[in-house]
Amino acid sequence: MNFPENLTYTKEHEWLRVEGNTAILGITDFAQGELGDVIYLDIPTGKVAKAGESIGSVEAVKTVSDIYTPVSGTVIEVNSGLNDAPETVNKDPYGAGWLVKIDMSNPAEAKSNTMGVAEYKALIGQ
Amino acid sequence: MKRTPFFDKHVALGAKIVEFGGYEMPVQYPSGIIAEHKIVREGGVGVFDVSHMGEFDITGPDAQKFLQYISVNDVAALTPGKAQYSAMPLSSGGIIDDLLIYMLAPDHYMAVVNAGTQPKDWAHFTTQAANYNVTLRNDSDATALLAIQGAKSLQTMQKLTDVKLAEIPYYSFAQGKIAGVDAIISRTGYTGETGIEIYFTSEPAIASKVWDAIFEAGKEFGIAPIGLGARDTLRLEMGYCLYGNDIDETTNPLEAGLGWITKLNKATPCIAADALKNQKEIGIKRKLCGFIIEEKGAIARHGHLIIDSSGAKIGEVTSGNISPMTGKAIGLGYVPVALSTEGTEITIETRPGKRVIGKIVKPPFVAPHTK
Repeated sequence: MNFPENLTYTKEHEWLRVEGNTAILGITDFAQGELGDVIYLDIPTGKVAKAGESIGSVEAVKTVSDIYTPVSGTVIEVNSGLNDAPETVNKDPYGAGWLVKIDMSNPAEAKSNTMGVAEYKALIGQ
Repeated sequence: MKRTPFFDKHVALGAKIVEFGGYEMPVQYPSGIIAEHKIVREGGVGVFDVSHMGEFDITGPDAQKFLQYISVNDVAALTPGKAQYSAMPLSSGGIIDDLLIYMLAPDHYMAVVNAGTQPKDWAHFTTQAANYNVTLRNDSDATALLAIQGAKSLQTMQKLTDVKLAEIPYYSFAQGKIAGVDAIISRTGYTGETGIEIYFTSEPAIASKVWDAIFEAGKEFGIAPIGLGARDTLRLEMGYCLYGNDIDETTNPLEAGLGWITKLNKATPCIAADALKNQKEIGIKRKLCGFIIEEKGAIARHGHLIIDSSGAKIGEVTSGNISPMTGKAIGLGYVPVALSTEGTEITIETRPGKRVIGKIVKPPFVAPHTK
């Protein structure tokens, strides 16, 4: 399993990458493996959420899983490439399989509410 | 927790292992459920380890009479070499389990039951057998069962046996050798595709040899192992019931759309004959129906409520998933009889506050190729 060094991670198995005031969020390689084949992403654009809240869900063949944002803000973009190719989440979870972009209302949370690679790997027993 | 003789094979193949029916079973392999599903549906061949299923051997002069009493289908319709889908009811009509009954010879049958229900099934068999001159043997642990399914299944398995597989009709079987090992070779399955199921010894070295021989024989067709995840999506596309999901002790065969196996006028009536005749007379109130959902991404799952316009529960989804072949969400659920006709729209609550429209359709959801 692959966990890029340039991302930070949550205990709910999302990853986060910060570009200015925008946080890009996806699910980890571990999470996509546990979920299995992803078939649909149900996250509304414009959703406003506080850190730790659910912003929507990812539906896989076997199960549906909530997606939690570690940062407060507004979902400004949902990855439209997943509409016709949801399996991209499985194939490329850190690249083309990203889920949403969030306009952060408190960017400091991006650091305080996520963990580094080593800590995340320890969490999942890798 | 129990393991089948193929557990090490699954682990070596990278399977994700889950608990199912008291066994550690492969739910999927690294290629994933949808890819596995399509191998079986789109002209390939897949191998399912279903050794967790239970097998009971029934012999004796009362064998037929006994099975008539404990199962709803007409066992007298069987001849040696034929198998039959049936259900085992409580006297109230609720379903203890669904099962296959194989007639091996006069006065000799095999019943194949689900894994999770095997202990209670065996208890029921032994209790009911007290009044009959029959001998029962629980062969569940001693028996391996592999299902080889898909368009290339017969060609694959023909390399390993002298039995003419194409000459065995659907729901019939032969007793012969597969890779030199004694087996019951059955033209049955749970996928809706052409296929074979083979019952043979679970002795680890022999079982392993059979597994390896099958994968070698199917190599040229891209043979692949298939987990329980795709087994579930394949059976759902056919509208086949899954015990514990669609049928259980609170549902009777008439409601479950299993009237076609429920022979209320057979010469030796079953334990639930009075209850089921009465149910038929007064009419069922709810019916297990298939439905499809057109809205993209709205998937109904087991336990989701079917509601009326006021939001009150009027039924329940018992199975639901995406159909890997159509890309649409499909499912089975109990609805009031008035809403059970094809084309009727039902409202399903897929999560608190989220309602989607399902349309009643008659399964199968995808054309079968069993013959």
